[in-house]
Amino acid sequence: MRLLSWAYLAAAYVFVFLPVAVLVVFSFQDGRLPVPPFRGVTFEWYAKVLSDGKLMTALGNSLLVAVVSSTVALILGFLAAHALARVRLPGSALMRGVLIAPLTVSYLIIALGLLNLFTQTGVRLSLWTAGIGHVVINLPLCFAITYAAMGDHQRNAERAARDLGAPEWKVLLLISAPMLAAPLAAAFFLSVTFSWDEFIIAFLLTRFDVTLPVEIWSMLRSGLSPATNAVGSLVFLVSVTLVILLELLVFRRTK
Amino acid sequence: MTASVSIRSVSQRYGTALALNDVSLDIAAGEFVVLLGPSGCGKTTLLNLIGGFAEPTSGQILIGGRDMAGVAPKDRPTTTVFQDYALFPHMSLRDNVGFGLRMRGVPRADRAKKADAMLALVGLEGRGDRRPHELSGGQRQRVALARALAVEPDVLLLDEPLGALDLKLRRQMQDELKAIQRRVGTTFVHVTHDQEEAMAIADRIVVMNHGRIEDHGPPREVYLHPKTLFTAGFMGEVNRIPVSGGNAPFGPVPVADGILCIRPEAISPTGALRLGPCTVQDAAFFGSYVRAHVSPLTAPDLRLVVHLPQSQLVEEGRVLDLGAETHVVLSE
Repeated sequence: MRLLSWAYLAAAYVFVFLPVAVLVVFSFQDGRLPVPPFRGVTFEWYAKVLSDGKLMTALGNSLLVAVVSSTVALILGFLAAHALARVRLPGSALMRGVLIAPLTVSYLIIALGLLNLFTQTGVRLSLWTAGIGHVVINLPLCFAITYAAMGDHQRNAERAARDLGAPEWKVLLLISAPMLAAPLAAAFFLSVTFSWDEFIIAFLLTRFDVTLPVEIWSMLRSGLSPATNAVGSLVFLVSVTLVILLELLVFRRTK
Repeated sequence: MTASVSIRSVSQRYGTALALNDVSLDIAAGEFVVLLGPSGCGKTTLLNLIGGFAEPTSGQILIGGRDMAGVAPKDRPTTTVFQDYALFPHMSLRDNVGFGLRMRGVPRADRAKKADAMLALVGLEGRGDRRPHELSGGQRQRVALARALAVEPDVLLLDEPLGALDLKLRRQMQDELKAIQRRVGTTFVHVTHDQEEAMAIADRIVVMNHGRIEDHGPPREVYLHPKTLFTAGFMGEVNRIPVSGGNAPFGPVPVADGILCIRPEAISPTGALRLGPCTVQDAAFFGSYVRAHVSPLTAPDLRLVVHLPQSQLVEEGRVLDLGAETHVVLSE
C-alpha cells in the first residue's frame, strides 16, 4: 500500500515535470534538432542565445514589463483592498466582485478587448500597452491576496496610529503596508511570475518591441532548434528562482 | 498636561438603538474617572466619542473648554490605550512608544530619549530594542500605556485596558496605573465592567446602564450610598428587603417605605438596625470571612446573605441575633 502511494506520487511528478525535463535536457543537445537520440552535451546553444541581441532585448523588455506592471497592480490592488476592508460603502460586495471578475475572463478575451480599445482610441501598441494588459490580469490577484490578509489586528493598529496623530497616508505607509509585508510580497512575486511568461496579451498588444515569450514564438515559427530549448530553460530558471525567493523571503519568515 | 472634559446632553443613536441617552458629565482636570457598567451600557461608546472615533448624534463634548465637534482623533488632545493593546508588531518598543512624537515631527534622537524615559516609567527600562511579540500580555499593556502617554495628552482614555490580563496581574497593574496617574497628573478616563477594579483606582466612579448615567461619586459613596437599585446591585452583593407601612417581613423598622438594601458585610450581632434572631441555613468558610444564609425567625421565607468574621461560630441551625450597621432605602 505504502509502496503504491509512493509510486503514485512519483508518477504525478513525472507527469508534471517530464516535459520541462525534456526541454532542459535537449537544450544541451550536441546536434541540430532537439529530439532523441541525445547526442552529447554542449553549451553552444546557450552561448548562441545569450549573444543574440534580439533575444536579450526581449528578455530585458519582459523583466521591465513584469516589474513595472506588478508594482502598479500591487499598489492599486492594495489601495482597493484597504478601502473595501475598512470603509462600509453601499455596494461593497458588488465592487469586490467587479474587481475580482477579470480573474475569470480568459486572457484572450481581455487582450481582444484592450486591442479594440487601443485601436479605437488611437493608442499605439507598445510595451506600455502590454503592461496595461498585465495590470488588468494581475490587479484582481493582488487585490484578492491583500484583501484576504486584512484583519481586525491591522484595523486596531491603524486606529491607534490615527489616535497618535498619523495622517491617512502615513497610516497606510508606516502601519498598514509593513504589517501586510508578507502577503504584499507574495502578491508581487506571483504577479511578476505571471507577467514574465504571459504570451497572448503580450502578443496581441505589442508591435515593434516585444517581450520574451513573443520572441520565442517567432523563433519557433522557423522550426525546432535546441536554441529555443535553451531560451525556454532560461525562462523556466527565472520563474523557479522567483518562486524560491517567494518561499524563502515571505513564507519562511512568517512561520 | 491635563484638561477638563465636559459632556453636555450627549446622545448616540445606532440605527434604532440608543447607545447613549442624554448623558451629561463633567470631569475635572487631573481626575481619575472610571466609567463602570455591564456590556452594552454605553461606556465604550462614550469613550469613543471623547476620543473622536465617532461623532455624537446630538450634544456637545468639550475638552479643556474647546468644542470637539468635527475634530479628528489625530487632532484631539487625547490618546487611547486599547483593550487589545494595538501595538505595531513591525516596530521596536522604542519606535512604538516614539510613534506619536514622530508624527509630531520630533527629531529621531529626541524621541528615542523620550521613549526610553516612558518605558522606564512603566517599568520596562532598557527593553527599547525588543519587539512586541517578545513580551507578555502585561508588558504589552505597559508599552501601550507608555505609547499613549509619550505625547503628553491632556486626557488619557483607557478602554478596558486590563480586561485581557489574569486576575493577579490585573490587581498589580491597577496599583501601577493609579501611581502613574498621580505622577503625570493627566486626566484619566477608564472604562471597565469590573467593580473591584473601579473601586481600586477611581477618584470617581460613574455607573452606567442602558445608555444613561445611573450614579456617580467616590467609590465609598457609590458603594455605601448608591442612588439606585441598579448601582447597589452592580457594585456588590446586596440584600433587598421590601418595606411598606413601616413594616419589613421580619417586623417593624424605623425606615421609609421602599426597598431596604443591606450589604452582607454590614450585618453583625451589634448592628443598630435590628433584624432580630435569625437561623443559620448554611455557612461556608471564605478565608477572610464566613459567608452564610440566614432567615429571621419571624420571617422564615426571607433569606439573607451575611458575611461574618472568621471568629464567629457559625454553623447550620444556630440562632444568631443580628442587626445592620449601614443600610440604604431605595425606591423600585
